Order: sequence, then structure tokens, then C-alpha cells
Amino acid sequence: MEGMDANVALLAIFVLSIFVGFEVVSKVSTVLHTPLMSGANAIHGIVLLGGIIVTGAADGALEISLGLLAILLGAINLVGGFVVTDRMLEMFKPKTKPAPARESGSDA
Amino acid sequence: MNGTWTQIGYLVASVLFILALKGLSSPRTARNGNLLGALGAVIGTVVLFLSGIPLNNLALIIAAIAVGSAIGAVSARRVKMTQMPQLVALFNGVGGGAAALISVIEYLEVGGEDTLALTATVFTVVVGSVSFSGSIVTFLKLQEVMTTRPVIVPAGKYVTILVAVATIGGAIWLVVAPQTWLLVALLVLALVFGVLFVLPVGGADVPIVISLLNAFTGLSVAASGYVLGNVLLIIAGTLVGASGTLLTREMAKAMGRPITSTLFGAFSGTTAGGGGSGSDRPVRSGSANDVAIMLGFASKVILVPGYGLAVAQAQNVLRELADMLAERGVEVDYAIHPVAGRMPGHMNVLLAEASVPYEQLKEMDEINPEFSSTDVVLVVGANDVVNPAARTDKSAPIYGMPILNVDQAQQVVFLKRSMRPGFAGIENEILYDPKTMLLFGDAKDSLTKVVAALKAV
Repeated sequence: MEGMDANVALLAIFVLSIFVGFEVVSKVSTVLHTPLMSGANAIHGIVLLGGIIVTGAADGALEISLGLLAILLGAINLVGGFVVTDRMLEMFKPKTKPAPARESGSDA
Repeated sequence: MNGTWTQIGYLVASVLFILALKGLSSPRTARNGNLLGALGAVIGTVVLFLSGIPLNNLALIIAAIAVGSAIGAVSARRVKMTQMPQLVALFNGVGGGAAALISVIEYLEVGGEDTLALTATVFTVVVGSVSFSGSIVTFLKLQEVMTTRPVIVPAGKYVTILVAVATIGGAIWLVVAPQTWLLVALLVLALVFGVLFVLPVGGADVPIVISLLNAFTGLSVAASGYVLGNVLLIIAGTLVGASGTLLTREMAKAMGRPITSTLFGAFSGTTAGGGGSGSDRPVRSGSANDVAIMLGFASKVILVPGYGLAVAQAQNVLRELADMLAERGVEVDYAIHPVAGRMPGHMNVLLAEASVPYEQLKEMDEINPEFSSTDVVLVVGANDVVNPAARTDKSAPIYGMPILNVDQAQQVVFLKRSMRPGFAGIENEILYDPKTMLLFGDAKDSLTKVVAALKAV
């Protein structure tokens, strides 16, 4: 790694992340498309960190106000995203009663 | 906390995000996957606070986080499951807005010396703003605040192209000659473009657009991560950008629509399909009693639930009906179209909420060969996903979308509120077929009546 340009390192991270991103979601059943979209949506809420970084370094009133707005929006995205995804997935949990035992087929 | 530990903390959070996406791809691990993602977010945030970066306005920052988290959590808890797609759209939009704002602030504070960083800043401002305004429009469409039909602005295509060209031109100019007024102008242009981009998209294509905008937001977050030199933002944003793109393609495939036609002039122009001439044609309507008798003496019944079922909150009554039929020895299955509801997989979530056993839900490819041997198909609040125009009518906006072949069954019963066409706004020929019976009314009322009648049969 010695002497690796910082920009090249970031580029490498970027490119590898693209492949990982493709790989982890290949072969998802349509049943999970909605929760997956919602979960991915929550993950980009991590933009909250960016809001904290710029606001932490800001001194002008305009910059601070915009920064606080960014933090507010980022937190809504992050927290709301994970909570709503959890609510969707809550319903996929296996029922405590043995559901398949109920005969639902023909009476032959 | 020194630099190395901070980076290791971010690495842990990144791995958790990857595991989250991986987990979300399988029903058994999905919920834990989501929790891992949340854990990753918490770790990332804590690491940032401990990393020793300057935090000037700490009290205000914490207050903003608290307020934002409360708004997010409460709205996510309170939203009805039927309205969940628009909430996801809204969350996506605010995320894009946050990314755009961050880049604006970074520009105001640092300015642009480094061309690469400046390019990333401009990218974030443009893509984040498009995602923000576009998501707001999809929200308004799904909430039915505005029409779900494609909105065609006069000469809209040219206006859109003009705005797109101006946005790209402005972006290049800004990178070459950084000026604050230009950044503001670019922000406005990108917001306008986001609106123009989504306006002509028809209701049925909205989910695909949400998924695409989700990927956009991911990429803008990744770019802002580059501007700020934050590895976690780069990884998380890129992951979402990549997986979101793939997911968008999958969704488009499930609907049989090439992604390009969704985006560029999907449903554009002549939409009303079929000319609406059929509205006065006679239909066969029946009573709850007729329906109960048909169902009760069938040997095989397939239920086709649609968004109308969810809106009427009739999932539980439908399950009750299915249970009663099963007790009588009728073979009952639920046919789930990939895009039933408002988003792919939405219907599964809604039926799971009503405790419908998972194994009774049959996906389209699995159930389609069975319609020809089915006595009665009961369509509850679905329309576009069973419309044969998708197979036959080349002029129909849904042409090419795979549908459930309910027209192959012996008899079809539609529970409908009115003759109003579906979300995509197209006439459905099956409604006029002699083997079709319509039972008008609210889905929940109708089903309740059918259940009562079935008890007497």
C-alpha cells in the first residue's frame, strides 16, 4: 500500500463497493423487493454523519442553519427508514402457532 | 480516539451495512439484517462523535438529531401499511435533500480549489436535488394528492430536455469557474428537473422511479462522502447506489417494462387506452349471495388481492373467507402479482399483516398455469395486474407487463367499488366478458356479506 494515492484508495473503495452492492442483492425474490428498497433507503440515511461534520465546522449563521436542516433531514431518513423497514419485516416472522398444520387442501 | 480507531470503527459499520443488505435478501434473515444495519448506523454515529473532529455547535447538533429521529420514528410507527410506499419515497427524498445541502455548505465553507472535489460537490448538489424534488412528486402521486396519471406538460419533452441540458451545462461551468450564484441557479435547475422527470411517469411505474431515486440518493451520499473524506459515507452510499440500480432493473423486469421506456416517455402522450368507449357497455353484476354460491360449490378457487383490498382494510375478512372455503374442502390459493399493491412485494406485507399463511401465497409464475383448471377466480380490488390488454393491446400503456391469467378460469368475480379503471388508467376487457360477474361495493362490506351468505349456503 505504500505510496498509494489517497484519491486512488478512495476510488478503489468506490469500485469495490459497487461490486459488493451488486453481489449482495442479486437473486432477491420479489417478495422482499419492498423491504429491501426500504432498508437500502435507511442505509443512505447515514448521510446524517455528513451533516454533523459540516455543521461542526461551520461558523456563519447561514451555514449553521443549513447544516442543522441537513442533520434534521438525515436523521429522519436514517431513523425513520430503519423503523419502517422493521415494521414491514415484523410481519414476516414465523407465527408461534404451527401454521402449516392446518389442512388447507382437498378433503379427498 | 485517534485516526486509526476511527477508520476501524467505520469499517465495522460498513461491514454491518453489507450484512444488512445481504440479510434483507432472504425472508428468514431479513429482520435481523435490518437490525444489523441500524446497529451499523449507531456505531458510525458514535465513532464520529468520538473521532475528535471539531464540533462547534454541539448542543444544536444534538437537538437536530433528536428532533429528526423523533419525527422519523413517529411517522414510521404511525403510518398505515397501505401508505408505506409514499413514506419510503419521502424518506428517500429528505436523504437526497440532506446530501445536496451538505455539499452546498461545504462549497460555502471551503470553496472550490480542488477540481475533483468540486466535481463531486456539483454532482451531489444536482443528483441530491433531483432525488429530493422527484421523490416529493412521487409522494404526492402515491398519496393521490395529485393525479396518478402521467402529467403531460405542453411541449414538456422539450422543456425537460432544455432543463437537462442547462443543468449539465451549468454543472460543467461551475466546475470550471466556481461562483456561488451559479451553484444556487444549479440547485434550482436540478429541483425543476426532478419534478419534470417524474411528472410524466404513470402511476404503475412510480415504484420503479422510487427505486431509481433511491439509487440516486445513494450515489449522491457517496459523492458527498468523497467531498468530506469520509469512507463510511462512500461505502454506504455506493452500496445503496449499486444495489438500488440492480433492484430497479429487477422491478422493471417484474413489470415487463424496459427501464428506458419507464423513464423516457413512459406512458407519455396517448394514455387513456382503449379510447374509453367501453364505459357504456353492459356488465353482469351479481349479489353477495350469487358469489357465495359460486365459491361454495367450486372445487378450486384462486383469490387475487389488489391494492383496493388493502385500502378497504379487508385483508382479515378475505382470510376468513379463505378459511371457510378451505373448511368446506375447496382448494384455495392467493395469487400474488409481483407489483400487486403499490410496490413489488407490498401485497405480501399486507397479507402477512392479516396472518395469511406464507405458503398459501403463490407467485405469478407458480400460479399462472393453474388458472385454466380453476373454477372461480375472485379478484378483490385488483385491476391492472389482471388486464389482458397487457398481452394484446399494443397501444395500452401496460402492454408487455406480465399479468395473472385470470381470463383462463371458468368464472371470474370482481369485487369493485365502481367501473373506474385501475391505477394505470386503462379499461379492462375482462369486466365485459360474459363469464365475469361484478359485485359492486366497498371490498370489506362485500366480503363480509359474502362470508355471511356462505354460512347459509
